Amino acid sequence: MVKCLESQGISVVFGYPGATIAPFYDALTQSEIRHILTRGEQAAGHAASGYARITGKPAVCVVTSGPGSTNLFTALATAYADSIPLVAITGQVTSELLGHDVFQEVDTTGAVEPFTKYTYLVKDAAEIPRVFQEAFHIASTGRKGPVLIDMPVDIQKQVIEFKNPGEVNIRGYKPRVKGHPMQLKRVAQAISEAKRPLLCVGGGVFSANAEKYVRELVELCNLPLVSTMMGIGVLPSRHPLFYGMIGQSGVPLANRAIEESDLLILIGARVADRAIASPRRLEGATSIVHIDIDASEIGKNVGTTIPLVGDAAAVTQQLIECAPQGEWEKWLTWLDTQRAAAPSYPETPGYVEPRRFIRYLSLQMEENAVYVADVGENQIWSARAHLVRSGRFLTTGGMGTMGYSVPAAIGAKLADPSRQVIAVCGDGSFQMQLTELATANQHGVAVKIVVMRNGSLGMVREIQDHSYGGRQIAVALDGSPDFGGIAAAYGIPFWRVGSMEEAPEAIAGFLNHPGSALLECIVSPKEESI
Amino acid sequence: MKKIISVLVENKAGVLARIAGLFGRRGFNIASLTVGETEDSEVSRMTIVATGDDREIEQVEKQLNKQIDIIKVKTLETELSTRRELMLVKVNANAQARGEIIDIANIMKAKIVDISPSTLTLELSDRPERLDLLISMLDSYGIAEMARTGMVALGKGAGAIAL
Repeated sequence: MVKCLESQGISVVFGYPGATIAPFYDALTQSEIRHILTRGEQAAGHAASGYARITGKPAVCVVTSGPGSTNLFTALATAYADSIPLVAITGQVTSELLGHDVFQEVDTTGAVEPFTKYTYLVKDAAEIPRVFQEAFHIASTGRKGPVLIDMPVDIQKQVIEFKNPGEVNIRGYKPRVKGHPMQLKRVAQAISEAKRPLLCVGGGVFSANAEKYVRELVELCNLPLVSTMMGIGVLPSRHPLFYGMIGQSGVPLANRAIEESDLLILIGARVADRAIASPRRLEGATSIVHIDIDASEIGKNVGTTIPLVGDAAAVTQQLIECAPQGEWEKWLTWLDTQRAAAPSYPETPGYVEPRRFIRYLSLQMEENAVYVADVGENQIWSARAHLVRSGRFLTTGGMGTMGYSVPAAIGAKLADPSRQVIAVCGDGSFQMQLTELATANQHGVAVKIVVMRNGSLGMVREIQDHSYGGRQIAVALDGSPDFGGIAAAYGIPFWRVGSMEEAPEAIAGFLNHPGSALLECIVSPKEESI
Repeated sequence: MKKIISVLVENKAGVLARIAGLFGRRGFNIASLTVGETEDSEVSRMTIVATGDDREIEQVEKQLNKQIDIIKVKTLETELSTRRELMLVKVNANAQARGEIIDIANIMKAKIVDISPSTLTLELSDRPERLDLLISMLDSYGIAEMARTGMVALGKGAGAIAL
């Protein structure tokens, strides 16, 4: 198993050991592969996700059977929703005892089937080289996603000769990469005939490493672009052809642009409910080109005028070759006249206005920094206020898993230690994974963590205020610790920012500190996400 | 609308559970699902009868195609396919009713495969709607129990779904 990982070029694995995965860990002692011990299995999965999103290759997490495996499920579901390539290895009880409900046994492959791309339960050690090779292939091709290999402990103990399994050949799995030439022609034609074309990009563009091609296409054809939350950063936030994030937490101009367009070209965006609330209404109003590597996404949520199955990088390059040109100067001019100055939000004395803080922070960060946004009000503030220059914006747009940011930031930093990595979370999400500060310490991973502290589960509080008559329940985070004390306990420096006046100095100290650091930003409990 | 979807799958453990799970969680409606080996022992054929409008059936096909263990998916046109289903039906048959039931069986080309003082068991392999007809003819005598296999189908003519 270790040899298989080495042959895939794996140098880091994230995990948490236990009895049924002990033989694998024993073999790891003979390998150069670095093991990052997280403080919980879910964090191992999220850290692998952060790692994979920066390297663009599948990352590995390893856990034991039973509770080890169930603790990992949330991270697998998160990676599945966001199409992040992972290979998860789970220990399993002795194969002879499978199905006997023995100690730490759970039907892992049965349980994760709905939210993994594929699973293996290995019952013959001779299969290991092939299974591992297929797992990496499946995770990293087509629509990427997590693949799980369940390994009974007795199978791990067997000694086999490692043989390179040769080329992968799975007859039921041949993902299409290039776009169909006929469909491509139709798309190019539709673009040149359009009066108000609009590109809408999602996370699929990052999955395919297609950012530079999308940018080239946009600039070559002068096409305006909006993005979903997962597509933030495909174009730099201040690119003249970028008109913002769509969706219920998006900017009005981006949503308006979708409504006004006569040709909407979706690339690697699945038209989920948070992005486009009423896709059926859109169908009649505009022509829709849907480009996706996953044929089942096309036509699932929104009817399509021209479907085009293919990899975002390949298809965008094919479109660049066609170089469609058309007449939409007026449309661009109109869009530009609609650009509003970022709305200003009133400052509450004694508190930090979160959007202003994030905007300021993002301009102080290194240009290519990785910004990991958590989930909650803080995610919406981040998505709307953070300015991507040449960096990345990582968040879990699909699953919305609280606690993602800190472990994902650890993974991202390990993937590229040369880049600044900053996690921004709320006091709710921070407390879900703050134990990972120990992981960062133990392995010398420098992550910067900003906690937007409003003393409540703000997003849920908004739901209760707006949809449940303001009857607040279970949203107060009373009893939370002093985060300065937490930082001290973990031996990392701490800054508390209670007003914008204090921000510049604190942010400078926080960002310039060479190791991990914690910054607490005091936000009014009345602050809304939008 | 009912559609027949013929699916060639890898003949290995867990495949049926994956397909059944897929239908369940996506809310697709299955009227019947049969599975059995093909001429290639590594390949099984599932015949799924699903109900839904064109858009739903298209989504079913796409979701099936996305499964790694599924090799080929084809929707068969009812008129262009040979369709069969096997049924065993045990019907209450006392001495007075027995003659009438035998008549019905003969007309429907059903075989009588078992007899007891109070019942007859009939076997019929035919198109599903013919099975429905037989059931309706036997209903008034009282059906003690029955088992249907679900439909299998192959496209008519020389064409075949290539692997």
